Amino acid sequence: MVTAVFLVAAILAVVSAIVAVSHRDPVFNVLSLVVTFFCVAVNYALLGAHFLAAAQILVYAGAILVLFLFVIMLLGAPQTGGDEVKRPVQKSAGLALAAIVAVGGALLALTLKIAPAEAVPAANTQAIGRLLITTYGFAFELISVLLLAAMVGALVLVKRKH
Amino acid sequence: MAIPTAHFLILAALLFGVGAAGVLLRRSGIAILLGIELMLNAGNLALAAFSSQHGNLDGQVFVFFVMAVAAAEVAVGLAILVAIFRKGQSIDVDRLNILRW
Repeated sequence: MVTAVFLVAAILAVVSAIVAVSHRDPVFNVLSLVVTFFCVAVNYALLGAHFLAAAQILVYAGAILVLFLFVIMLLGAPQTGGDEVKRPVQKSAGLALAAIVAVGGALLALTLKIAPAEAVPAANTQAIGRLLITTYGFAFELISVLLLAAMVGALVLVKRKH
Repeated sequence: MAIPTAHFLILAALLFGVGAAGVLLRRSGIAILLGIELMLNAGNLALAAFSSQHGNLDGQVFVFFVMAVAAAEVAVGLAILVAIFRKGQSIDVDRLNILRW
């Protein structure tokens, strides 16, 4: 049962990821990336990381991809027609490089002798919350400063000059 | 755990490869940012898999930090794209040469 859920989620994730990077319509790219991220959230849930599964859907599907959609709508027409220069050599070289990365990583994962996983505590959201405000408290505060800086930076970048 | 850790790592490698292909092959700035997001997600999945493999939660906390940094990166990246679009009416990265000379 669990294996079936994993297989469905994994296949759906890879297929929708391929659609997300290959389709010409940017809106379609973003919407199929939503499917990929949802399948990754399913994988987090299978790994026992319930907090990450919720954060994945909230942060990625709920915030980041909506931001992408806003920008696509803001920029208007799908400006994908810039295909006047074909670059077959670069294209096949890039494709080969990406394939080497994917296949090499998969083979590495297969050849690694990984011991059977240890038992994971069933509900660990509370433990993560405690880690975030004790051991990783400084990094947590630093992340909030980084987000503030990114927000101010984005506003400065899109401000119209008078 | 019913599913071996290696399965999650293989899925992460495949997603990373697809994202890398998107970054390397597409010319629209938005598609490149989407490919980067996909690669970050693949890395996150591997981190979470190793975290549950070793039975400690540090990896999951790290995934949370990566998500926050990805959100900041997307906000600034999309703002840069909007600024570039206002300057040249295009986000095709082949036409971007304003930093060249």
